[in-house]
Amino acid sequence: MSVLAQAIPAPQTDYTTIIPELIVLGTGLLIVLMLAIRRFSNIGWYALIAALGFAAAGIVAYVDLWPEVTDGAATYAFSGMVAADGFSTFVVILSCVAGVLAVLLANSYLKREGLDKAEYFALLLFSAAGVQFMAMANNLVMVFLALEILSVCLYVLSAWNRDKFASQEAGMKYLLLGAYTSAIMLFGISFLYGGTGTLNIAALAQFFARNVLENQGLVFLGMALVVVGLAFKIAAVPFHMWAPDVYQGAPAPVVGYMAAAAKIAAFAALFRILFLGLSAMEVDWKPLLWGLAILSMIVGSLLALVQSDVKRMMAYSSISHAGFIAIGVAAASAEGMSGALFYLVTYTFMIAGAFAVIDCIGRKDEQYTKYEDYRGLFAREPLLAAILTFFLFALAGIPGTSGFVAKFVVFEGAAEGGQWALIGIGTVAAVIALFFYLRLIVLMYMQDSTERPDLAETRARVAAGPAVVLAVTVAATVLLGILPQGLLDMAGQAVFAL
Amino acid sequence: MEFLQTPPDPDAYIVLAVFLFSIGAVGFLVRRNAIVMFMCIELMLNAVNLSLVSFGRALSDLSGQILVFFVLVVAAAEVMVGLAILVAIFRRRARASADDMSSLKG
Amino acid sequence: MELHDYLPILVLLVVALLFGTVSRGLSALLHPRDPTPEKLDPYECGIVPERDNPERFPVQFYLVAMIFIAFDIEVIFLYPWAVLVRRLGVFGLVEMAVFVAIVFVAYGYIRREGVFDWAPRKKLDRTLLLQRYRREAEAARVASGASETEAA
Repeated sequence: MSVLAQAIPAPQTDYTTIIPELIVLGTGLLIVLMLAIRRFSNIGWYALIAALGFAAAGIVAYVDLWPEVTDGAATYAFSGMVAADGFSTFVVILSCVAGVLAVLLANSYLKREGLDKAEYFALLLFSAAGVQFMAMANNLVMVFLALEILSVCLYVLSAWNRDKFASQEAGMKYLLLGAYTSAIMLFGISFLYGGTGTLNIAALAQFFARNVLENQGLVFLGMALVVVGLAFKIAAVPFHMWAPDVYQGAPAPVVGYMAAAAKIAAFAALFRILFLGLSAMEVDWKPLLWGLAILSMIVGSLLALVQSDVKRMMAYSSISHAGFIAIGVAAASAEGMSGALFYLVTYTFMIAGAFAVIDCIGRKDEQYTKYEDYRGLFAREPLLAAILTFFLFALAGIPGTSGFVAKFVVFEGAAEGGQWALIGIGTVAAVIALFFYLRLIVLMYMQDSTERPDLAETRARVAAGPAVVLAVTVAATVLLGILPQGLLDMAGQAVFAL
Repeated sequence: MEFLQTPPDPDAYIVLAVFLFSIGAVGFLVRRNAIVMFMCIELMLNAVNLSLVSFGRALSDLSGQILVFFVLVVAAAEVMVGLAILVAIFRRRARASADDMSSLKG
Repeated sequence: MELHDYLPILVLLVVALLFGTVSRGLSALLHPRDPTPEKLDPYECGIVPERDNPERFPVQFYLVAMIFIAFDIEVIFLYPWAVLVRRLGVFGLVEMAVFVAIVFVAYGYIRREGVFDWAPRKKLDRTLLLQRYRREAEAARVASGASETEAA
C-alpha cells in the first residue's frame, strides 16, 4: 500500500510552448460547444470565429514564440513529447495562414452548395492543430497522433458534399488508403522502437550517437516503412494513387487547403524523424528520398499531360510539386530544408489561389471542371482567366513569380550537396510541367469555336471570401517572387536555430 | 506465475505479428468489400499492437504499451468515420463494394 | 544495411504466401466439378431474390453503434488513470477533468444533433414542433427576401 500511496511528481507541463495549438483547438471546441448549446442560423459567424482563432494563434506564434525560439535552442515540454523550436514555430504560423485562407474559401462555397454546417470550420481547426502538433512532435507517438488528427479531419472534409457521390467516394478512398498506410507507418514505428528502445526522436539521435547497431535491419525496415507512410500523405510516387481521385471528387475549397496542409505536415514529420532523429542513417534514407523525388517529378508531370479534368490535372501537378519539395529534404542539409520550407509557403498560397479560381469557375455543384469548360474562358471571364494564368505560370516556375524562387532555392540546396543528377532531372520535369500548364492556358485563350450557351448565360460569381483569398494569394505570389529575401531569411532562421 | 517472470522470447511474437500484418495487408488488396477492407486494416493495427507490446516487454519499457492505447483509440475513430461515410453511400447505393466506387477515373 | 538479419521473417512471408497460393491452386485443380443451374443459385430451394433489400433501413442503429464505439474506447484512458489516481494527486484529477469535459462537449453535440431521439415524429412534444415551425417560417421569409434582393 505504501508504494501505491506514493505521490508521482506531476510531469513538467510548459503550456506556454503550445499556446497557438491551444488557441486553435480551443476555438474548434468552442464551435462544437456552441453547436451543442445554441446555434446561429448563419454560418458566417462560425467562419468569423474560426478565422479569428487562426489569426490569434498565428499572431501569438509570431509575436510571442518566434523571437524566443530563434534566439535559443529548442525547448522540450510535456516530458519531451513536443519540441518548440524555430522550425515548429515557422510551420505553426504557416498552418494558421493556410487555415485563414481555407475559412475564407469555404464560407461562400458552403452557402452556395447548401452544405452550410458549422462543423466544417471545427474540422478545419482540428486538422490545423494536427499539422501544428506534427511539426512540434518530438516523439513518434506524437507524430502518429498528430497525423491521425489531421487525416481523420481531412477524410471527413473530403466527403463533405453529401449530395455528390464523387465526394463521398473520394472521402472513402482517401480513408481506406490512408488508414492502410497509417498501419504500415505504425509497423515501421514499432520496428524503430524495437531496434532502438525509444520512441523519443531526440533520444533516437542520442542512441545512434552512442551505439553501433548490430541489428540494423530492424531499424532500416522501420525507417523505410515510416517513410512509406509519410510519402503517402505527401502523395509521392509510387504512393500517389489516391491523390487524383480525391482531388477530383473532394470540394474545391477542401482541396485548396488539403493539398497544402497534408504536405506541410508530412514534410515536417519527415524532417523531424529523418533529419533530427535518424541523421546517423543518412546514407540509408537519402536514396529513398531521391527515388521518391525523381519518380514524383517525372511521373507526376507526365501523367498531368494527358488529363482532361482541371482538378485531376492539379492533383498530378501537386504530385510533381511534392517531388520538388522532396529534393530539399533529400539534400539533408539546413539549406535544403529551409528551401523546402520556402517552397511549402509559396505552394500554400499558389494552390489556395488556384483552387479559389477553379471553385468560382466550377459554379454550383462544381459542374464545370473539364478542360472543355475552360475553352475560351478568357473571352467569357477575362479577370478569372488572367488570374488562373498567373497561378499556372507561378506553379510552373516562371521567373518573377514565387514559384521560380522556390524551385531555385530547392535546387540551390541540392547543388550544395553536389546532387547534380537530381537537379538535372528536376529541370527536365519542370520543362515537362510547363507544357501541361501551357496546354490549359492555351485552351483558355482560344477563340470559342464551340457554342456553350450554358456557360455564356451564367457568369461565374466571385463571392467576397474567394475574392479576398485571390487578392492575398496573388499579392503573396508576386511579392515572394520579387522580394523573397525576408521570407528566405525567416526560413533560414527556422532551420539554423535548431 | 513462474512464466510471467521469465522474459518471453520476443522473436516468436514478432513473427506472429508479421504474419498477422501480412494477412491484413494482402487481404486489404484482394478484397473488394469496404467493410472487409476495414477488418483487414484492424488486423494490421492489431499486429502492430502485438509487436509494440512484445518489443516493450523485451525492452522492459512502457512507452510501447502507451502507444498501443492510442492506436486502439485512433483505430476506433477511423473506423467510425469510415462507417459514417459508408452509411451515407449506402443510403443511395445498396452495396459497399470498392468496384462500385469507380466514378472517378481519368 | 544488414537486411540478412531479418531474413527469417522474409522466409516466413514467402512460406505464408506459398501456402496460400498452393492450397488454393490445389483445391482449384482437384475439386470435383459438376455444376447444375440449381447448384449455382443462391439457394437450392426457395425463391431467388431478384433485388437487394429495400432501401429503408434505420440509420439510428448505425449512428448509435458508431457513437458507442467511440465513447466506449475513450474509457481506455480512464483505466490507467484510475489505478494511479491517488498517486497522481490534484494534477491527475485536473487533467482527467479536462479530458472528460472535452468528451462531454462531444456528447452534448451528438445529443443536440438528435442521435438519441428515437421517438416517432408525431410524438415530439409541442414546444419542439412550435420551434421548428418558427424556424421554417423564418427560413422561408429569408429565402423570399433573398430572391427579392436578387431581383432588385
